[in-house]
Amino acid sequence: MTEIVNKAASLPPHRPRLGLWAWARANLFSSWYNTALTLAFAYIAWLVIPGLVKWGFINASLSGDAAACRAAGGACWSFIAEKWRFILFGTFPDDQQWRPTLAMLATIATLVISADRRTWGRPLLFIWGGGLGFAALMMFGGVLGMDFVPTGLWGGLPLTLALSVVGLGASFPLGVLLALGRTSDLPVMRGLSVVYIELVRGVPLISILFMASVMLPLFLPQDVPIDKLLRALIGITLFSAAYVAEVVRGGLQAIPRGQVEASKALGLGYWQRQRLIILPQALALVIPPLVNSFIAIFKDTSLVIIIGLLDLLSTAKSALTDPAWRGFYKEAYLFVGVIYFLFCYALSRYSRHLETVLGQGRKR
Amino acid sequence: MKSRLWGAALAVTCLTMFAGTAQAGPTLDAVKGRGQLFCGVNAGLPGFSNPDSQGKWTGLDADTCRAVAAAVLGDANKIRFTPLSAQQRLTAVQTGEIDVLARNTTWTLTRDAQGLNFAPTTYYDGQGLMVPKSLGVTSAKQLDGATICVQMGTTTELNLSDWFRTRNISFKPVVIEALDEVNAAYFAGRCDVMTADISALAGTRATVAPKPDDHLILPEVLSKEPLGPVVRHGDDQWRDIVTWTIYALMEAEEKGVTAANVDAKLKDPDPGIQRLLGVQGDMGPLLGLDKQWAYRAIKAVGNYGEIFDRNVGKGSPLKLDRGLNGLWTNGGLMYAPPIR
Repeated sequence: MTEIVNKAASLPPHRPRLGLWAWARANLFSSWYNTALTLAFAYIAWLVIPGLVKWGFINASLSGDAAACRAAGGACWSFIAEKWRFILFGTFPDDQQWRPTLAMLATIATLVISADRRTWGRPLLFIWGGGLGFAALMMFGGVLGMDFVPTGLWGGLPLTLALSVVGLGASFPLGVLLALGRTSDLPVMRGLSVVYIELVRGVPLISILFMASVMLPLFLPQDVPIDKLLRALIGITLFSAAYVAEVVRGGLQAIPRGQVEASKALGLGYWQRQRLIILPQALALVIPPLVNSFIAIFKDTSLVIIIGLLDLLSTAKSALTDPAWRGFYKEAYLFVGVIYFLFCYALSRYSRHLETVLGQGRKR
Repeated sequence: MKSRLWGAALAVTCLTMFAGTAQAGPTLDAVKGRGQLFCGVNAGLPGFSNPDSQGKWTGLDADTCRAVAAAVLGDANKIRFTPLSAQQRLTAVQTGEIDVLARNTTWTLTRDAQGLNFAPTTYYDGQGLMVPKSLGVTSAKQLDGATICVQMGTTTELNLSDWFRTRNISFKPVVIEALDEVNAAYFAGRCDVMTADISALAGTRATVAPKPDDHLILPEVLSKEPLGPVVRHGDDQWRDIVTWTIYALMEAEEKGVTAANVDAKLKDPDPGIQRLLGVQGDMGPLLGLDKQWAYRAIKAVGNYGEIFDRNVGKGSPLKLDRGLNGLWTNGGLMYAPPIR
């Protein structure tokens, strides 16, 4: 008897024959509206793809000048070949561009290492301090025989990364504090947090940046110049902190009241309670919206163009104004778009991964 | 919207406050002290200030700043360019964030009166209209009922409707957000006419148009746009230095002094050239500089004509005519008062 059962259990499950046609029937033509959608998309692809291939590959030019590109009629990849360094590094002295390269690698390495949950906790502080400290050292220079490079010369991807990583790094703790303040029992704390969050969320980032860059210097004495990059960073940090705070508050409110009461019963103080019981659960709950706002801020950094900072998107636009290479918008925007996509996609994949790992405990 | 209004009101208040309290600022000492000239430029305007592939700023505006750096500090590379947006450029001058603003800024009464001073115009621009030759139009007065592509929210849009309204000519504006898209719309045939500053039109025609010869810039000029460097109000010495550096470049063109022959011209018997190059007279010291100020500026960037040709003129992809920007001796407006 047992033998038979075992044999039955070890039989492979029934699988339908997997041919291309069977797959297509199951996935593309399973109902009349799926069929209609499939046909519509096939038609659109048929319209778009040949032109795209012709533009991007067949008629594309990989070398030569702008005139050669225009004659060929396709994508002008030689524009990217000519301008990629400027688009990536902006006006950073071009014989020193190994420095921002190292700085970016250090920043990305810091992010990748801190993506590993085993580093969460105290080591993370050292990793961030070390990684970003090294990146800052590379960017500024001024020691070890490296020339000092003021932030006014920074540009391109290093600037975008500096704005988003430092902005997000600083806004996360601030946002958590604001969220705790808003859910606090102390009326003054709660009031201040509410006023701050609502005030900041009520204005667009672009006007905060504008205020930070145009209004602030007018109020300060002339011999206290605040760095343009620092002004933008402060603006971005204050702005994103308000959004992070609202996301975290969502998580805090989802934690059942019993958790607080139980931890009180254990004799934990307020900060112990938050740090050990409430926040770990609340933050795990809000990872998807948190990453969502991080991605939004990463892309929003491109608004610094209005205060004259040459971030990745602005350098691409500036590169287009070289009289010798005008009109290659598609190539420039595609190039920058791919870079933005790689970063945002990596972030979003990572958040999916975290969701599954951290969601284990809630699975039934 | 309300917060925007308040912001604007506050900004205006601040500007007027600054206009009132602007004081003699020792800009020259500051520049010499730090050994670097801070120059505000456009983040990208072809031929005027745009970074090249190595990230070096090029263009007529950038070279104007280089001339000042060479005259004051003796080295055209002792300069830091700060790209500025249109909104923040004037504040940057007023707060001393930059020493000179060379960012295609139109000289107007409002700006001049509100805490700023203008150095001589380095480029006389104006708003113009471009049409395809196939339209068979030779004057803007024949454009009744035409569709015109124009950039949104600029004085360009205002000038356009003013000009046509006062002449009772009807037109249909196609208002577009960015200049690049205006170009694209025009070349795609979405409108009969495109309007922008003439320098921009000529640049677009020379570098973006599929066939430059198929397009015509009409003779009518819809507005005056004299573009020149801007300095802070209240530091007369610094203003004189920037002003006369530009005049020296014009004078050099008039006298035939170029970057290449400036050393040979040191021995020229013409007293005008001798004063310009500091061989005789004390022109530089009167400005607070040394005798060789103009010599160095010319040697570093060439005379005005050379700067023009290299960046926007015949020697550049933009191929703009000298036109109004020619020397007064050639029927243009470039006229330097005597250096004596």
